[in-house]
Amino acid sequence: MWGIEVIFKGKNLIRLLGGLGTALEISLIAVAISIPIGIILGILMAGRNPVIKAILRVYLDFVRIMPQLVLLFLVFFGTTKVWGWDLSGEVSAVIVFSMWGAAEMSDLVRGALNAIPQHQYESAQSLGFTPLQTKIYIVIPQCVRRLIPLSINLITRMVKTTSLVLMIGVVEVLKVAQQIIEANRMSAPNAAFGVYLFVFALYFAVCFVLSIAARKLEKKWS
Amino acid sequence: MAAFLRAEHLCKDYISESGSVSALSDISFEVQEGEIFGIIGLSGAGKSTLVRCINRLEEPTSGCVYIRDKNINELSQKELREERRNIGMIFQHFNLLMQRNVLDNVALPLEIAGVKKKEAREKAREYLEAVGIPDKALAFPSQLSGGQKQRVAIARVLASDPALLLCDEATSALDPQTTRQILALLRDINRRYGITVIIITHAMTVVQEICDRVAVLEDGELVEMNTVKELFAHPKTKAAKRLLLIQDDNDENEETEEKEVLAS
Ligand SMILES: Nc1ncnc2c1ncn2[C@@H]1O[C@H](COP(=O)(O)OP(=O)(O)OP(=O)(O)O)[C@@H](O)[C@H]1O
Ligand SMILES: [Mg+2]
Repeated sequence: MWGIEVIFKGKNLIRLLGGLGTALEISLIAVAISIPIGIILGILMAGRNPVIKAILRVYLDFVRIMPQLVLLFLVFFGTTKVWGWDLSGEVSAVIVFSMWGAAEMSDLVRGALNAIPQHQYESAQSLGFTPLQTKIYIVIPQCVRRLIPLSINLITRMVKTTSLVLMIGVVEVLKVAQQIIEANRMSAPNAAFGVYLFVFALYFAVCFVLSIAARKLEKKWS
Repeated sequence: MAAFLRAEHLCKDYISESGSVSALSDISFEVQEGEIFGIIGLSGAGKSTLVRCINRLEEPTSGCVYIRDKNINELSQKELREERRNIGMIFQHFNLLMQRNVLDNVALPLEIAGVKKKEAREKAREYLEAVGIPDKALAFPSQLSGGQKQRVAIARVLASDPALLLCDEATSALDPQTTRQILALLRDINRRYGITVIIITHAMTVVQEICDRVAVLEDGELVEMNTVKELFAHPKTKAAKRLLLIQDDNDENEETEEKEVLAS
């Protein structure tokens, strides 16, 4: 029915799951790189240096406005053309998603920091807190609480967007799906629908788990 | 006897792109020990700036403040932090930590100052009792009313045994009845602990309710200073007369509601 049976033929299921594994791996490495970098950039963006702020603002806008696919092509083909680097699809993908994730994360951190009103800093000062104590007891706990659901949301978006990696030849979920569809064109003409449905289910499962975790944390922390 | 607090020729200019604003110009006054001193003025008169110069949340452009003959403006950052425990301040916003319960909120500044956790909590309980909410120790700020939150903020300040309490629009986010209760609490604290209180407000009713003396600020200048009785009976300046005139309740309620929305 619907061509779903194709998935369970031969090694297809294993290949699909392997593709999901590659996608997850790319997104998780990118997440691990982009969150700490994003936090640092976000702190700089909320700071006082106008030059650094302007540069980061341009970077953020650039990464945001460019479709991720264009960025992927830029890094994958561009670096080869210009510098003669031969980056693999996976590495290019990690670079692009890290750049993008760091930019988005920095904006979240900046927002969380700026959301703390001036009077809280003043209140802490008037109670004799040092600047460091103010950060530890007042700023960081509030930012973390705010950032956890937001960054899980970002991670979910990163996992989803890794499906784009297909375009530069990384064998991951959609690529595998397409291969399966091609191979079974004759025997199961409906396979496209079934396979994509299954791929959708895979992504849904991963992202659903992440958003449940986000909601749980949000509840627990508020 | 020397005055408890002396402000001498305080000036504060803010420089911005649109030019320089003189928020305080040559303000001098004295506050006696144990007094409840009001500072009143219209919005933008410089009240907050003045009170913030007292605990140096704002550095005056020139002039200085003495508290018990100690020049606040000569203190190092470290000495200033010490001194700030002696100068409590409460704000229109209560600034409680939402993820900690009331007891921990009150105990935290003590712990930071190096008091042992157990001792800090005991003291916190004692002052929660003093501000009339001993039963709320384990509640979280989100479960409290505005008045109760301000009581927590007051207990938190009291816990470090201050000699001076600065209140910047501390009742502006509260309804008239709660305002009266908080003012009564402040008066009680003033008598019980001998804490000198400086209250900033734009509402004459607040001054009338608890202040001994009051200073009128207008456009950064101290235009009149007198006992509350005398000021109400014989206001000398236009500014004071105007403030006495706009005492009608509508005006005040509107202001209160607006600030309440902002605070939430
Ligand atoms: N950080 C700042 N930068 C520039 N100008 C400032 C700053 N803080 C205050 N001012 C200016 O100083 C003047 C006095 O401000 P202040 O906040 O002391 O008034 P206020 O009497 O407390 O008013 P309100 O009743 O509205 O709180 C105002 O003209 C204000 O615009
Ligand atoms: Mg003010």
